[in-house]
Order: sequence, then C-alpha cells, then structure tokens
Amino acid sequence: MRVLMKGNEALAEAAVRAGCRHFFGYPITPQTELAAYMAKRLPKIDGVFLQAESEIAAINMVLGAAAAGARVMTSSSSPGISLKTEGISYIAGSDLPALIINVQRGGPGLGGIQPSQADYWQATKAPGHGDLHILVFAPNSVQEMVDTVQNAFDLADEYRMPAMILADGMLGQMMEPVTLPDEGEIQLPQKPWATNGHGGNRPRNIANSLYIEAAELEHLVRERFARYAEIEQKHVQVEQIGVDDADFVVVAYGATARVCQAAVRAARAKGIKAGLLRPITLWPFPTQAIAEAANHVQAFLTVEMSMGQMVDDVRLAVNGKVPVAFYGRTGGIIPTPQEVLEQIEKIAEGGQA
Amino acid sequence: MAIVFQKPASLTDAPLHYCPGCTHGIIHRLVAEAIDGLDAQGSTVGVAPVGCAVFAYNYFNTDMIEAPHGRAPAVATGVKRVCPQNLVFTYQGDGDLAAIGTAETVHAASRGENITIIFVNNAIYGMTGGQMAPTSLPGQVTQTSPYGRDVKTAGHPIRVCEMLATLSGTAYAERVAVDSVPNIRKAGKAIRKAFELQKQGAGFTIVEVLSTCPTNWGLNPVESLEWVRTDMMPYYPLGVYKDITAGEGTK
Repeated sequence: MRVLMKGNEALAEAAVRAGCRHFFGYPITPQTELAAYMAKRLPKIDGVFLQAESEIAAINMVLGAAAAGARVMTSSSSPGISLKTEGISYIAGSDLPALIINVQRGGPGLGGIQPSQADYWQATKAPGHGDLHILVFAPNSVQEMVDTVQNAFDLADEYRMPAMILADGMLGQMMEPVTLPDEGEIQLPQKPWATNGHGGNRPRNIANSLYIEAAELEHLVRERFARYAEIEQKHVQVEQIGVDDADFVVVAYGATARVCQAAVRAARAKGIKAGLLRPITLWPFPTQAIAEAANHVQAFLTVEMSMGQMVDDVRLAVNGKVPVAFYGRTGGIIPTPQEVLEQIEKIAEGGQA
Repeated sequence: MAIVFQKPASLTDAPLHYCPGCTHGIIHRLVAEAIDGLDAQGSTVGVAPVGCAVFAYNYFNTDMIEAPHGRAPAVATGVKRVCPQNLVFTYQGDGDLAAIGTAETVHAASRGENITIIFVNNAIYGMTGGQMAPTSLPGQVTQTSPYGRDVKTAGHPIRVCEMLATLSGTAYAERVAVDSVPNIRKAGKAIRKAFELQKQGAGFTIVEVLSTCPTNWGLNPVESLEWVRTDMMPYYPLGVYKDITAGEGTK
C-alpha cells in the first residue's frame, strides 16, 4: 500500500520497520519531524525514545546502546552533526554499528535552515578524527530514503561500523507517496561481541578504541581498512541515466540529482547528448563508474548545493582524462533545472561552465 | 583449608598501572567486592573514563566499555536503556565528571537514570601530569595553577555530591574516603548500597570517593592520606547528601 509521507517521518517509520527500537536525539531544524515521530512511535512498541541534553550526549547514548547490541540510531542536522563527530570517531574506533541521519542545512556555523549539501566533505572525508570511514548513503526521494534505511542498518551490522544517511532539508521536508516495508518481526543478526553482561557464559566483552601500543593500533586500523576495501568492492551504488551514449555527463546526488535529471532531459530534447550519473553511496564512491564514463564522454559537470565538494572525488575518478566543470548554489539555495541546463549548454558549446 | 581472604572475582589478574600510594586500587577492589556481593559479575557492564582510570576495562572482570572523555554517563544511559536488568556503573575522575562531562553527569542525575557513578575525586588531573581540576582546592598549586588556584580567576572547586543532591532524580549521593580502615569499610558499604538501590530501580546513585595523587601532589603516600584529611575533607565533608530510603531528602 502506498502512503503519502514526509521524508523525515518516512525515515523514522522505515527505521522502526527495520527493527530499530532505540533512538537518541536532540532537537534541530530541519530534522524535527523525525524525532517527533519516534517520540510518538517508539514508546508504543516497547522502544526507547530519549531526548538527550546535547548532540554529544545523544551520540554517546548511541555508542552505549550499540555496544549493548541494539539496532540504534540518531538524527540531526549539520551543526548538530559537528557535535557528534567525536562520538562517531569512537563508535568507528570501537567497531560498533549505528545509524546517523544528517538532514543537511546551510553552513558554516549556524548557517541557515534551508537545504544544503555542504557536509559532503565532513561525511566522506572526516566524519571524526583519525583514520576511518563510515558508510554514507545519499538517497534522492522519500521512497529511496525508506529503502536505504534497512540496507544502512544491515551493512553497519555486517561491517561493524557507523552508517550515515546524508539527506537534506528538501528531502526531509517534502512529501511523496511511498511503499513501506512490511511491519513484521525482523531477524536481527547475533552480536556475540555485545557488552550486555557475560552471564558467566562467555569471556567478557570490551568495547574500546584505545590502543597504547602503536603496532597494535596500526594493525587494527589496517584490519578495518581491509573491511573498507571489501565494501568498496561490493557495495557501491550508483544510478546512470543515459550515460552510455552521452557526450556530457552531469554528476549529482540527493535532491540536486532530481533537478539535474530534469535538466538532462531538457538538454536531450534540445539534441545535446547529456546523461546523469548519480552516486547513491558517497562512501564508497562510484569511482569506477565515473572512470569508465570518462573513457567516452567529452566533459563532466558536477552540480551540488555547495561551493564544490563532491567535485573533488569526481576529478580524482576522471583523473584528468576530460574536463570536469562545477556548478553550485549554496547557503540554502536550490539550483533550478534551467540554471543547470544553461551550464550543460555552455559546456556543449565548448565553453567553460 | 578454609579460604578467609581472596581477590574479588570481579577483578582480573592484570597488574594495576596506578602510581605507588594512589588509592585507585583500593577503590577498584571495593567496587569489585560490591559486584561480587550482589552476585552480579555476569550482569554488570562498567564504563571506563578518560583519565587515570582509562584502563579500568583491563581490571574489572565484567563486560566493559571505554567512553569518550566525560561521556560515560551518556554511554551508561545507552547501555541501561537497552539492558535495564543489568547493573551499569561508570568509574570517573574529577576532570572527566566535573569538567568536560558536567552536562552528561547532571542530566543523567536529573533523568533519574538508573545507573551508579563511582566518582574518584583527587583534586587534580593525574594522567596528563597534574593540571588544575574542577575540584582542585583554593590555593592548590598545580601545573596550570603554579601560583596556587586563585578563585578570582580560576573559579571555585565544585562540590559534586552537594550539587547533585538538589536534583529530584538523584536517589543516593554519598561522599566517602579511603584514607583509613574505618573509612574504607564505610566506602565499601556506600558502593554496595548504591548498587543495591540501582537493582531496586531507585534511580541515579553516586558515590564520591576522596582519593590521593601522591605523584602530582608532590607528597609521599602517607602525607597524601594526611592531606586528604587536613585539606580535602574540610572542603568536601564526608557524609550522605541524599538517600531516598532515609525518608527526608537532602542533608
């Protein structure tokens, strides 16, 4: 059955249906509806909703609940995510699974409350201090957000690492029809490493990120990076529309990709062979797909709601084979299909975007 | 042959890393004895701090989590909300609890979070080499208060039990010391009582233990114990600051 839901609420319901019964958060716009939904929903199904005293406390409650073996999440928006970065680093360093949702708003500082994609660098390059990655998903519709939630939880469990859904104020606030997964018993994976009391039945478990011996720490980080390499092999998600025969490819993710899809369609109508390459996972990044496209396209255009962050990764993937242009709006401004179309036309005419 | 004395089962065999004369070891033992006394080793989850007791996860023979600096009460909250039947305690120093982790501590107490905090107050940052702590005494010389703590510029030391006793969610707050055999016995009883109250679901419990830091105080172990009595106890009086089982609230 399809129901009409706001993005933030759909994320929350999808988490519940994925077996999440523990939510720890702190109020911030524009993710408000997510926490409010959980506050209503979780107590009715023997779950826990807790409004913490800060984002810092909330992410550390997530750490504790994750260590105890729960399928647990928090949600916030850009300034709040900055406060969570300490906890995210510890969760990664302690090999614990958790889901963090960032409904991005404009920055830096308090920034604004309108949609933004200016936290790409933070999410994919430095989600916390130290050598680490987290899984980063960038859905572009309310339905895809719903579908991503369970996958994010499952991969976080499988690889014992944090996962983030990098949404934005537009996806969080807009309403679309969605099909939710069935509400039934979810078989969650066993977590023999959980610190939930050994009961005298097993050796004691320790959730810890401190390793004083440099060689031991290096070994553990390398072991974690071997897991990351496996994820890069197996779990990249990317959507390609009209890329095969394209001369010009637009690279965009999330809400911006929908704007670009309309622009690409308009360009095709004008006889420009444009395509859209949409990373669905930002980490792992679809480097391979972009590198392959670079073998036959004349130029790329990266479009973001930022001053240009993902474009770094596009350029690394293209590796100088063809030009990579950038177009962005920031501060909470959403680019229009017309603006993007003009950029595509400029590139097609051989000029610089 | 009857066993009349042995190491608590809730302590591992790992040699403690604490400095000579430091009373962390005594406090570890008291906590472990209290866990054993409640037959709770298998159902206990401890949360270690950042600071001198950061390696507590090597010493307590229970499931353990090492928390970010100051965040132990939030981490313990997460554990307790998932496993309400477990005995959940944090073991924190004064910098961890009363400086960087003040918000987490106060709000865990105000929520009546059903956890126990073992708060080790030695009036100094030990692990990092003797800086001024939120509980360093007025006039106390430390690495970062080399002319003595001037309360006009560095503020006043925080009396944690007195502060937390004002919160409705706090079920039990007692300050103890481990400077003498009678006081060690009292400290053991206080920790045991806090754990029992947690098992009964009474709410937030905290036992503050006045402890020594001979290395950073620049005193020998005997002088350190004396300094606890002559300098710390007048500012941090021992006693029960809140006990909801005693009828009336705050002292």
